Amino acid sequence: MSIGIEHYLILSAILFVVGAYGVIVRKNLIIVLMCLELMLNSANLAFVAFSNALGDMTGHVFMIMSITVAAAEVAVGLALLVSIYSHRESLDIDILKLLKG
Amino acid sequence: MIVWIILFPLIGAVINGLLFASGLWKKKLNGDEHAEHSISGLIASGAVLLSAILSTYYFVQLLSLEPSQRQIIQELFVWIPSGEFTVSFELMFDTLSSVMSLVITWIGFLIHIYSLGYMHHDKGFAKYFTYLNIFVFFMLILVLGNNFPLMFVGWEGVGLASFLLIGFWYQDTEKAYAGRKAFVVNRIGDFGFILGIFLIFFIFGSVNYQEVFGKALDPGFMGTVSGVTITAIGLLLFVGAVGKSAQFPLYVWLPDAMAGPTPVSALIHAATMVTAGAYMMARCNVFYSQSPTVQMIVVSIAAFTAILAASIALTQNDIKKVLAYSTVSQLGYMFMAIGAGAYVAGLFHLVTHAFFKALLFLGSGSVIHAMSDEQDIRKMGGLRKKIPITAITFLIGTLAIAGVPFLSGFFSKDEILASLYHRGYTIHWIIALITVVLTALYMLRLYLLTFEGKSRVSDTIKRHIHESPYSMTIPLMVLAVLSILGGYIGIPDFMGKVVGLSDTNLFEHYLAPAILLDSAKDAGHHLFGHWDLAAISVGGAALGIIIAFYLYYIKPSAADKLAKDIEPVYEGSLNKWYVDELYDYIFVQPFSYLCNAAASFDQKVIDGAVNGVASVIKDTALTLQTAQTGVIRSYATLMAIGAAVILTIIVLW
Repeated sequence: MSIGIEHYLILSAILFVVGAYGVIVRKNLIIVLMCLELMLNSANLAFVAFSNALGDMTGHVFMIMSITVAAAEVAVGLALLVSIYSHRESLDIDILKLLKG
Repeated sequence: MIVWIILFPLIGAVINGLLFASGLWKKKLNGDEHAEHSISGLIASGAVLLSAILSTYYFVQLLSLEPSQRQIIQELFVWIPSGEFTVSFELMFDTLSSVMSLVITWIGFLIHIYSLGYMHHDKGFAKYFTYLNIFVFFMLILVLGNNFPLMFVGWEGVGLASFLLIGFWYQDTEKAYAGRKAFVVNRIGDFGFILGIFLIFFIFGSVNYQEVFGKALDPGFMGTVSGVTITAIGLLLFVGAVGKSAQFPLYVWLPDAMAGPTPVSALIHAATMVTAGAYMMARCNVFYSQSPTVQMIVVSIAAFTAILAASIALTQNDIKKVLAYSTVSQLGYMFMAIGAGAYVAGLFHLVTHAFFKALLFLGSGSVIHAMSDEQDIRKMGGLRKKIPITAITFLIGTLAIAGVPFLSGFFSKDEILASLYHRGYTIHWIIALITVVLTALYMLRLYLLTFEGKSRVSDTIKRHIHESPYSMTIPLMVLAVLSILGGYIGIPDFMGKVVGLSDTNLFEHYLAPAILLDSAKDAGHHLFGHWDLAAISVGGAALGIIIAFYLYYIKPSAADKLAKDIEPVYEGSLNKWYVDELYDYIFVQPFSYLCNAAASFDQKVIDGAVNGVASVIKDTALTLQTAQTGVIRSYATLMAIGAAVILTIIVLW
C-alpha cells in the first residue's frame, strides 16, 4: 500500500488529540509544555503533508517558520517554568490560580 | 463731577469692609473695640456726609440755572457696547433725582449718626456700617442713573443691601427667614420690571431716559405704537414698583423686614428704598400719563393697599409692626397720587413721609433701646416721663403723619386728597379719607399706649429705662424739626394767597421740568373747593384723634370692650386678614408639594434608571465572573471545545 496524504493527516490528528488531551488533563507543567510541543508538531506535519501533496512550497516555509517560533517559545516557557518553580517549589498547574475572578 | 456723590459711600463701604469687618485691623488696635467702632463709624458717617454736602452743592448749582436747563449729565464710560444696544454708565442730576439724593444722603446721614449710638454694643458694628454704606451707594445709583439698566442695577443693589440688613442678626433663624422672604418677594416684582425694560428697548430702541422719553413725547412716533404696548410697559414697570414699594399683593415682605435693626427699618424700609417704586413711576410719567387704564389700576391697587394696611395697623401690638403697616399704607397714598397723574403730590408725600416716618422709626428704636429690646406696646405705657425727648419727638411725628394742620404731613396728604378729588377719582378719594381717619387712630393709639397712661412695664425692665445718648436724640430732634417744617416747601398756592404770597408751591415749581407730561385734567368736580377739601381731611384726622383719645386715654376699658363686641373683625385685623396664611396656602404649600414631588421623581425615576443600569451590569458581571476560575486546564478545555465547535460549524455550513 502506498502512503498517501490521508495517513499523514490521520497521524497528525492523532498527535494533535494526544497533545490536547495531555494539555487538558496533566498537572505537571513540564508535561503540559511537552504536550504543547506535540500539538505544534502535529500542525507542522500537516503543513508538510499538504505542501508535498499540492506541490506548493509555502507549506514548507510555514513549517520552518513554526519550528523557529516553537524553539523560542520553548526557551521562554522553560525559563518561566524555572522561575515558577523557584517561587512556588512546585510545578502543579492547579496552584497557579491568581487570575481567579 | 457728580460721580463723587455715589463714590463716597462706596469708598466708605470698601474701607470698612476690608479693614474692619474682615478683622484686619483688630490686631492693630489690640482688640480695643471702642476705638474700632469709633473709627469705622466715623468713616461710614463721614462718607455719607460728604455725599450729602456734594448733593447740596449740585442742588444749589441747579437752582442757579434756568428752570428748563436744570439738568447735569455726566457720562463716565460706555458700559455695554453691543451693536445697536449701547448702555453708558451715565449719571443725571436733574430736579427729580436731586430731590431723591438730598433725601437719601441727609436722612441717611442722620440715621448713620443714630446708628452709632444704637448699634454701639453690637459685635457686627463694622459689618453693619459696611452694609449701610453699600445701601446708600446703590440707592444713589438707582436715582442718579440716566438709563433703565443702571436704575435696575441700583434696584437690585438696594434689594441686596436690604436682604443683608434684614437678616443682619442671622443667628436668629426667624430673622434670616425674614430676609429671605423679602428677597424672594422682591424677585417677583423685579421680574416685571426687567420685562418692562426689555419692552421699552424693543419699542423705543434705546434705554436712555432722554431718548426714550423724547420718542414717547413725539406724537408722530407714538402714532406707530399701539396703546396696548404702552399699557403693557406701564403695567410691567408697576409690577416692579409693587414689589419694591410693598403694594398689594406683594406688601407681605415689609412687615417681616422689621426683623432688621431699627435704624435700617427707618432708612431702608420707610424713608428711601421702599419709595424707589414711586420714584421710578414718577420718572416714567410720560408712559403713565398716556395710559388711563394703567392709571386706574394703579390708583385702585394703591387705595386698596392704603386702607388694608391701615386696618391691620389698628390692632398690631408690636411697635415696629404698626409703623411697618403704616408705611405700607402711606406708600399707598404716594401711589394713589402718582396713579392719578399728580406726580408732584406723590413725590411731595415721599419727602415728608421720609421725614416723619424716619423720625417715628428712630423714635421706636429709642423706645426699644430704653426698654431693653421689648417691642410689645402692651408692656409699655407711661414712658413719657422717663424718656421725654423721645416722647415729644415721637408725638410730633405722630401728629405729622396724622395730618394735623401746619405740620408736614398735612400739606402733602391734603394735596394728594385734593388731586384725587379734582381728577375725578371720587371713590378712591373716599377710601383715602377713611384711611386718614384710620391713620390718625392707629398712630395716636400707638403713641398713647406707649408713652401715656399707666405704666405696664415689668419691674426688672423698669429699673433700666433711660433716655438714649445724644447720638440718638439729636437725629430725632433734627427730624422732628423737619417733620414740622418740611411741608412748607410745598404750600398750595391757594393757602399762600391768604398771607399775601404768590407761587408758594416751591416744590411743584422746582420739579416741573422733570414731569415731562402731566395728565392734568379737571374732572369738573366743583362741589368742594380747595378749602372745603382741606377742612374735610383735617376733620377726618380730628375724628381719628378723638376716637383714639377716648379709647386709649380717657376710657381704656372701652377699647377692650369694643374689641370683644366686634371680635371677628378684630381677630381678622389682628391676624393681618390672614393674608400670609392665604399666600402660604395658595403659593407656598403647592410649591413645596411640587418640589417634593420633583425631588421624589428625581430620586425614584431618574436616579432609579441610573442605578438600575448599574445594577444590571453588576449582576451580569457577577454571573459571568464564575466562569473565570483561574484554573488553566479548564481554560484549555473550553478553548478546545470552542475551537472544535467553530470548526464543526465552518465545515458543516
